[in-house]
Amino acid sequence: MSVRVFVVDDHEIFRSGVRWELGRDLEIVGDAGTVEDAVTGIASAEPDVVLLDVHMPGGGGRAVIDAVHGEQPEVRFLALSVSDAAEDVIGVIRAGARGYVTKSISAHELAAAVRRIHDGDAVFSPRLAGFVLDAFGGDAPQPLDPDLDLLTTREREVLRYIARGYTYKEVAHQLHIAVKTVETHVSAVLRKLQLSNRYELTRWATDRRLV
Amino acid sequence: MRTMATVAPRMTRPSLRRSRSNRVIAGVAGGVAQHLGIDPLVVRVAFVGLTFAAGFGLVVYLLLWLLARVEPVDAAPETARRRLPRPTMRQVLGGILVVAGIGLLLWFTGFWFGEIMAWPVMLAAIGFAVLWARSGEEGSGRSIFGSRPLEAVLATRGSWTRLAIGAALILAGMAVFLAANTSLAAAGNMLLAVFVTLGGAALLAGPWIWRMGRELVEERNSRIRSEAHAEMAAHLHDSVLQTLALIQRSGTPREMVSLARTQERDLRAWLYGRAPALTGMRLRDAIDAMAGKIERSEQVSIEAVVVGDTELDPGLRALLAACGEATLNAARHSGVTDISVYVEVEPERVSAFVRDHGSGFDPAAVSDDRRGIADSIIGRMDRYGGSAEITSRPGGGPGGGTEVAIHLPRRAVREAAGVKQAS
Repeated sequence: MSVRVFVVDDHEIFRSGVRWELGRDLEIVGDAGTVEDAVTGIASAEPDVVLLDVHMPGGGGRAVIDAVHGEQPEVRFLALSVSDAAEDVIGVIRAGARGYVTKSISAHELAAAVRRIHDGDAVFSPRLAGFVLDAFGGDAPQPLDPDLDLLTTREREVLRYIARGYTYKEVAHQLHIAVKTVETHVSAVLRKLQLSNRYELTRWATDRRLV
Repeated sequence: MRTMATVAPRMTRPSLRRSRSNRVIAGVAGGVAQHLGIDPLVVRVAFVGLTFAAGFGLVVYLLLWLLARVEPVDAAPETARRRLPRPTMRQVLGGILVVAGIGLLLWFTGFWFGEIMAWPVMLAAIGFAVLWARSGEEGSGRSIFGSRPLEAVLATRGSWTRLAIGAALILAGMAVFLAANTSLAAAGNMLLAVFVTLGGAALLAGPWIWRMGRELVEERNSRIRSEAHAEMAAHLHDSVLQTLALIQRSGTPREMVSLARTQERDLRAWLYGRAPALTGMRLRDAIDAMAGKIERSEQVSIEAVVVGDTELDPGLRALLAACGEATLNAARHSGVTDISVYVEVEPERVSAFVRDHGSGFDPAAVSDDRRGIADSIIGRMDRYGGSAEITSRPGGGPGGGTEVAIHLPRRAVREAAGVKQAS
């Protein structure tokens, strides 16, 4: 069964590029260039995974997630951006995206990332791993919920390797654990990222809504 | 006492000249041996033997020293020539004066033992002079012997003879001294024995200790010099050599001019002590700027991730430069266009990782004239108390490629450990 993908990006050229590159491996069921088009398009096309540009006129990727999530909780989002701003990326992740990659990613890696998202795992690019390490770095003044507000040593190690540019497979090899275990750690981090009440994360999310 | 070397006409039998190439003290014995055509060792033994006969040998030696001229420079074969410079003479004189001083001291403190003591003292003095001259010669030359003076003294041809003669003379002096003083008061005897032993040991070891001290100073100086040199080499490699490489590859004269101009500005700023434009920049911005610059110049894509941030200091600037060099290497030699740079600021240290999934290489097979890794990365971090290691697996693809890991203790930690901060 092939993965059904919907592409949301305000750049026409980028959409057609992704369509052409991913079309060989995955089934592209539609694309959209605005938030409204995206919301209606996703409702009718019922994709498995949505490739979502973080920066778009009319509320950005976050608005799309907010609108779709309530109606179609089974649709998974992979954020795609050239943005370097941590608050944008963390904001989209906290809204519900299961991964974040930069647009410089190769077509092959992008296809692999889409599959991983479809399988229910999280996709952490080096940059996202760096953001998370940054946000969870240092000691929280008072972790409200230690299970959510702190990373374990192992999670930290995994994120460090990802930030250094290691693939999941290489991380597994380095730490002498299974690739599946790496994915478990990453998913756990994603959950913390989305649910944690850490001050920094909350602030980022809040800032994002204010923009 | 030194005479100017003059070119003497060749004779069938060499005239009596003090030898330049074959000398222990002043080349007298060597000259005599050359003149007579016999082994210099025989002459030396004769001199020493005659010296025991009421000092006759010594007197003859000193007379010949005064009267005979030094042989001309070009008479000595190039390989055997070993000039003893002026310090040797001074040191001999100094040695004699030291012994004379000790004698005077003994005299004033009531330990003067009469005429009979003159010979042992003189023997010790000559022995000291021989050893002193020896180490003086070593010390005045290159300091390649490191801090092992014993080895240094013994390293050269003929030094065993000197060592043996010097030590024998000193020991003989001590023996005569002790033998002649058995009649002294019992109380003084013990003191005397201790003093003589200490004095003898000082005479034997003094030059070595002195020499060791001087070597330490010299070694430190040369280390400072070589550090400055390495710093300069690293900088030139990163700047001028890189630019020259770029100029060779650049197509248009306009590009060349712009490269040359940029480089000139940079070099001028560095040479005349103006700090580069990095002052006031923080680590994150500096890493991003470095990545951006290499992305533009090398047409690669660099994923630069920085966790935490801090003010730049000289050590971090070195880390930044080493990191830039590693990134540039990855851009040029890995064969891939995606490079990951990860920098993390922790409370105790700052770490940087430059990773590519490229062709990799064997770090041991890199030739010595490629200064990039040795100077710009490893050497540079060493000088700031940090470290760098390179892991590379040839082959490429997943699992392969190269990673350069750079670690630097934070400033406070470095200062606590006494690592210098100067750039």
